[in-house]
Formats: sequence, C-alpha cells, structure tokens
Amino acid sequence: MRVTVTVNGEQRRADDVWEGESLLFLLRERLGLPGSKNACEQGECGSCTVYLDDVPVCSCLVAAGQVQDREVRTVEGLAEGDRLDPVQEAFVEAGAVQCGFCTPGLVVAAHDLLDRVPRPSDPEIREALAGNLCRCTGYEKILDAVRLAAARR
Amino acid sequence: MTSVGTPVPRVDGLLKATGTARYTADIPFEDLTHAVLLQATIARGRIASIDASAAEAAPGVLLVLTHLNAPRLPRMRAFAKGGSAQQTVPALQDDRVRFAGETVAFVVAESQEQARYAAMLISVEYDEEPPAVGLHGDAYPPAKVNGQPPDYRRGDAERALADAAVTVERTYRTPVHHHNPIEPPVTIASWDDDGGLTVHEAAQGGVHMMRLGFAEALGIPRRKAGSIRVVSKFLGGGFGGKGFMWPRNILPAVAARLLGRPVKLELTRAQMYTSGGYRSETVQRLRLGADRDGRLGSIVHESTSTGSDMGEFPEPCAQITQMLYACPNVTGTHRLVRQNVGVPTFTRAPGEGPGSFALESALDELAGELSLDPLELRLRNYAETDPEHDRPWSSKGLRECYSEGAERFGWSARNPEPGSMRDGRWLVGYGMATAAYSSHTWPTFARVRIRADGTAVVRCATTDIGTGTYTVMAQVAADALGVRPGDVTFEAGDTRYPFAFPPVSSSGARSIGPAVRAAALAVRTRVARLAVKDRESPLFGADAATVRAIGGGRLARADDPERYDTFVDVLERAGLGHVEERKGYGVMPFLHSTASGIAPWPVGPLLRVATRPFAGRYSTYDFGAQFVEVRVDPDLGVVRVSRVVGVYDIGRVLNPRTARNQAVGGITWGIGMALMERTTTHPRLGKYTSPNLSGYLLPTNADVPDIDVHFLDRPDPLVNPLGVKGVGELPVVGVAAAIANAVHHATGKRVRSLPIGPAELLG
Ligand code: FES
Ligand code: FES
Repeated sequence: MRVTVTVNGEQRRADDVWEGESLLFLLRERLGLPGSKNACEQGECGSCTVYLDDVPVCSCLVAAGQVQDREVRTVEGLAEGDRLDPVQEAFVEAGAVQCGFCTPGLVVAAHDLLDRVPRPSDPEIREALAGNLCRCTGYEKILDAVRLAAARR
Repeated sequence: MTSVGTPVPRVDGLLKATGTARYTADIPFEDLTHAVLLQATIARGRIASIDASAAEAAPGVLLVLTHLNAPRLPRMRAFAKGGSAQQTVPALQDDRVRFAGETVAFVVAESQEQARYAAMLISVEYDEEPPAVGLHGDAYPPAKVNGQPPDYRRGDAERALADAAVTVERTYRTPVHHHNPIEPPVTIASWDDDGGLTVHEAAQGGVHMMRLGFAEALGIPRRKAGSIRVVSKFLGGGFGGKGFMWPRNILPAVAARLLGRPVKLELTRAQMYTSGGYRSETVQRLRLGADRDGRLGSIVHESTSTGSDMGEFPEPCAQITQMLYACPNVTGTHRLVRQNVGVPTFTRAPGEGPGSFALESALDELAGELSLDPLELRLRNYAETDPEHDRPWSSKGLRECYSEGAERFGWSARNPEPGSMRDGRWLVGYGMATAAYSSHTWPTFARVRIRADGTAVVRCATTDIGTGTYTVMAQVAADALGVRPGDVTFEAGDTRYPFAFPPVSSSGARSIGPAVRAAALAVRTRVARLAVKDRESPLFGADAATVRAIGGGRLARADDPERYDTFVDVLERAGLGHVEERKGYGVMPFLHSTASGIAPWPVGPLLRVATRPFAGRYSTYDFGAQFVEVRVDPDLGVVRVSRVVGVYDIGRVLNPRTARNQAVGGITWGIGMALMERTTTHPRLGKYTSPNLSGYLLPTNADVPDIDVHFLDRPDPLVNPLGVKGVGELPVVGVAAAIANAVHHATGKRVRSLPIGPAELLG
C-alpha cells in the first residue's frame, strides 16, 4: 500500500508498505528518520515515542497504515532550524544523556509533558515519564533536565 | 585551567538529544539484507526434522541456514582461556538442542519483515528430553573463577567457626538477571571484493577482541586478521550483555560471505534473553563466627551458580568476602550445577553484586545477634591492609566513606529496634552496607595527533558504552597538552585505532586515561624538541624536557613563562601538517594486584611496552558505603526506597558529571536488583517465562528516589599517574543488601531471596 503522511512538517510518501509494518519501521527504514529508536517493539520502553497528531504514541505499536493523511512529529522535528528545543537543550546541559538510546523517546515525552503541564511537580514528572525506560542514568538528571526546561520555556 | 575534575558536558549529548547520533542499527547501507534468528522452543533434545522449503520459497527470501546446510564453524576459544567467547559451541552445527533459545535457523531476506515471516514458515519437529533446570543437580568445581582457583582458604575457617562465641549461618539466593540495555544488539557484516570483512557491531566487547574472534570463527589466520575491521561508534548500553563473541555475532558474517551482500541482524527484545548471556542465579551459604565484641573469627562463603557444557562462567560471589574484612580464617568456594539454560556471563558488578547481597546481609544478621550497630560491626572488622594478599592497599578511604555517609544520611537517628520507626502508616527502615569492587587496568594504547591548527585528535580502539569516554578522554588529553577540551576530539570504536582491551570491569578511565595522558605528553615533548632546535623559536636552546605547557596551546620555558611558543607556530615553521605519538599503558591480567584477574589475553608483544606500576606490591579496590531508607506498607507489603546516600572512594574524579551519572545509574541497578529484577525459568520446560520488559521489571522514573552521591575525590597515589580508580560497578555493590537490611529494620522480616516483594513480606 501507499502511505502519505506529514512528518515534521513535510509531506512524505512511502510506496509498497506492507500492512504489518509499524510506524516506527516506516520512519526508520523507509523515511530515513532513525532518531526514534527500536528497543522492544512491544510498547514497554518508550524509546520509539513520537507525536501522532499532537498525541505522544509508541510508534512501534501504531500500524504504518494508521498514519495516512495525519501528522507525525519525531525527535528530528523538535528543533527549529539550528535552534534546539528547550527540552533538548536542557537534556544536554543537565547531563541527562548517557548512552542516549532512550533519549529521543524521553525528549518527546518530556516535550509533551511541558506542553500539557508547564510547571510540573516532581511526582508529576516521574509519573509522566515512567513509561520511558532508561538503563543508564537512574533518572536523576532527566528530572533535572525537565525542571530546567520548564523554567526556561 | 585544568579540565580534569571539572564537569565538562558530554560532547555527544547534542547528537543524542537531537536523534542524529548514528547507532549501529541506524547506519545506512547499500544493498543491505536482513536476517532473523529462529530459536529452539525446547530446552533439551534433538531436532528430529526441520523443513525450510516453504520459507525458502517465501517472497524476498535469499538464504535459510539450518544445521543441515550451514558451513562448518569451529568451536570458539573461551574468554577464560584467552579467547573471545563465553559460549564456545557455535550455532547450527548439529541436531542437538542445549537450551531454549538456541538458534536453529538463520533466515536472510530483502527486508526484515520478509525474513520474519519466512522464519514463521519453518517447521521444526523435536525429540524432547527433560532439561536440567535449577541449581539442584550435582555440584562440581569450575576450572577457574575469574582466573583464580575455585576454592580459597586462609586459616582454618571451620575450626574457628566451631570455636566462635556467636555464629550466623544462612543461605541467600539471587535470581537470573538480564542486562537489558535499551539498545538491542545489532550486527552488520559486509565483505569487500578483496576478501576483507567489515563488521559494524553494537559491541562492548572491544573491537580488537572481536576482530580476533571473527578471524577464529571464519577460519581467517590470525596474521591476516588485519583484513577484518570492526566498528562500534555509539553503543546504547552494554552492562556485559554485548561483550564477547556469541553465535549471533558470527552468523551475519557467514551469511554475508555466502550471499555476497551485507547482512544485518537486529535482535528482538525476547531474543536478547537467550543470545548474549545473563547473570546466573546463585545460592550462597554464609557462615560467620565472631566473638562477643563482634570481631570476626571466621567466614565461610559457599556459592553455587549455573554451569553449562557450552562454556563456563562461575559468578564469582565469594571473592569479595576474601578481601573485605580483617578476619583471620576465611573460606570461599565456587561450585557449578549444569543446567540447560545457556552460558552465563559478566553482568554489571559481576560477583560483587550478588556476593555482597549475601555477605552484607549476613553481617547485618550478625549485628542483630550481637545487638551491635551494623556500622560499628563493620568498623570493628576494618581491614587496614588487604587480608587476602597480605599487602597494603594502594588507597582506601572506606573509613571516611562510612563516616561521611552516616553523617549525610543521619544514621545516628536509627532506633536499633526493628519495626520501631514509622511515618504515618509507613514502616520506616534504615539499612547500610559496604561496597567494594576490584576494577582493573587493562592494556590500552592511544595515539595523539596535534594538527597544524593547534587542535588535537586522540584515537583509541575502546568503545564509549555510554559512560562518557568521548568527553572524559578529551579532557585528559587537553590537560596533558595544555589546550582546551573543545580543541580535542576523541575517536574510538574502530580496529583502525590502537589496541584497547574491552571496557569492562570498571576499567575505562583507569586504563584509557593513563594511555591517553602518556601519548599526549609524548607528542607535546616532540613538539618541544622541534622548538628548542629552531632558532626562530622563543624556546630555542632550552631543555625540551623542562618545557611546560601553559595553556592555550602554548609551550613555555621553565625559567621564564613569558617566553613561549605555540603548537601552531612550531608546526608551521617546521612545515608539518601534524605530529603524533602512540603510547600504551596497563598491566597484563594476572600480574594485576587485585583479586580477580582474567586469563592471559593474547596480546603478548604489545604488553612489553605497557607499564606495570605496582604489580604484586599493592592491592587496588574501589570502596564505598551505601545507606538506604525504605518505607514499607504494612498491609500491602509494598517497599519504596525513599532515600539513598552513597559515598565512594574511586580515587580522583575525572569528571564529576559523568562520574555522578555512573553512580546514580549504578545505585538504580541495585534498587532493581533488590526489588524488581528477576528472570523466571519454567521449572519443567526450562524456558524463560517472561523474556520482555513487562515481565522483567526495570526501575522506572517513579521508582527511584532522590539519591545523594558523594565522592571523596582523593587521587590514589599509586594506581596510575592520574590517580583514578573505577566507578562503573562499585555503586551497584551493596545496595541490594542495604535495602534488604532496611526492610528488616522496618518490618522485622529478613528476606534472603531476591527480589523482595509483597509476597515475601506478607507471606
Ligand atoms: S520500541 Fe516502542 S515502546 Fe519500546
Ligand atoms: S541513557 Fe542509556 S538508556 Fe537512557
């Protein structure tokens, strides 16, 4: 099948998409956007988090065909030109990045949190990001990063 | 002016936060084919028949390998014997099934989805045999435990036990753990027309070690191993699970050779549980004997873990007991019980992780018997020198770790009576434990190049497994050269760069750091030598050995810092595009002074230039103290860790930001180990029952409290010129025991089997 979708503000098209493919596969393998990570393909880790029409989703759980004529925004689409999104900036500055494999998903999830709750409390941050697993950081600096980004936005 | 010791932000942070860092799976490849594994669904038996015809006829399928048609592959040399493999038995060589998850077919197709679909069409019939599951069978001693004999004896522990005024005898259990890095392992193998092989690996195992492994597996003579290139630039975590050569690393290269096209294999999360080792379950019997004052007279630590006829990795649990306390009579033994579950391997804090759970829990039980404060008990048995090797420590700040940690935590507020402290409905408990880890210095080489524009590039074949090597090593080089860290690029993860041992056992900073420093100093001296011979240089006629770096890429006379030259000017006048030097550092495994060496690594000639700073004269360990507060819901049995204080002696802290990351992440591993992480094996079928992240629970953001980490930050004067020890594993050690001890303090219930959950507390 053919899938037409707006990704990071740009109209994109993929041909010969198999019905069983996920949005994550579409992004990574067909549209050349490997920023979203494939880590479990079961909706358990959050590494593949992207916006689908402004709602964060695990792109590994969304069928590619479901995004027809919709809008997807990935970690690659958060910065505006050379200007990083405050969340990305805060992740770098706060030292919330170690191996970095969880980072793209976390950046999108944190971005969404701050859109909904501009000044989240610590328990709110912890709860909102509890679906994004990180095996390296122990989450401390991720919390710092979200606080920092909240203060700056 | 110096950069070491300052919290320089990660140089790769930006790439990672924008999704533009290219991990192995992200690398675009022309003409790429995709492979998947089909794995055995029984734990033991034979393949009676395997029919791949439907798969071979499926759309896009290029190749299906089974034991019927796969090329013959050799048995691999074990890591413990100087090889690169934990599982020495290669895949697809016979009809035997030795564990559930063993590869029975390897399918390659034009797309990953096609390969997956085709794998489903393969029909396999098995003749099943009952598998050996659990640590119930006959125990036997392993050949070696981390290069040491399986049994250790000092004094006569049994006799001392019989004579002891107070004894504690307990058995502790830890379950199977999986590394579960967030990035699944990926291998991309491609052959060029001249027979050269390039492998892109998500590899913690050190690219040079893997190169030798590929040569061995593929029948390429070692002298021609140079035709193999292994590349690993960004790694999404390893923790031991991406070390070494496993069949999954080898098969893509085998298939790529047959197809004449590059082959990519990306494991699924479930396959990660059976394709790269795991931490064995352990049963540990601890016997302690002490006098009434709490002075230990005897410790017996008997550990049993999983054995396999495909390779051997005994979890070295008792080794920490051999060195941690001043006790005259100590016995430590390691035994294995054969199971049909695959070969275990190193997992973050191997040995010390589960071993300290047993030892430090038992000590807490002894403190209870003696009505002695658990911290006081440890102080009464403080080892001023290494009791195992009977020699001094190169540095040991453990006493300060205890006192600083107790102070920060507020340990003195602890009411010794279990169940006595409450916060509303929550039962509150305090627990503590000692941490120690035998980090290593492995042979490592680095090449430092100063370029005409005054910037520098450092090359070393180590891998940045997420710890911050790219950042920290640029700092080390910058200081030695006298430039800003931003002017130095550290390049790693490529067999084209100088040899480095895999960054395992907390060895990164203390192995790579001194090599980088030595090479940077050497190249600086070379530039100085050029300058002092150059009439146009302000340094002309000075003694090159005394020329100092004064920052900003300037070299000054020792007697007059106003007279200086710069890298840029010296190179320009000399007409050189760059100047470079290569240096090595490290000690051969086994010559190293700490308890656990690993069998000789075959890099003999390289090692002659490596330094041996103090082999045999001192013992080096990382030390620390862990303090934990838990809250337990008395009705639900839910345990929440509410505070952790960790104070560590890791020698000099090269970068407080990356070191702290390691510590907080390590403590979080300890929380997972104490309360969540467990892989369960079906007792009859021998299969993992929940190989996924909803069955195997990792700590999430909501599970981790505020953590207070403090480093003594005292350079170890003897270990290496940077004074740095190791930080990767230490913060894991003791956390599980501290939590178990705190749970006991909160509830009066002693849980001796991990993880601790409501079932254990309410049962
Ligand atoms: S890859 Fe989608 S949630 Fe893990
Ligand atoms: S930084 Fe490695 S998984 Fe989060």
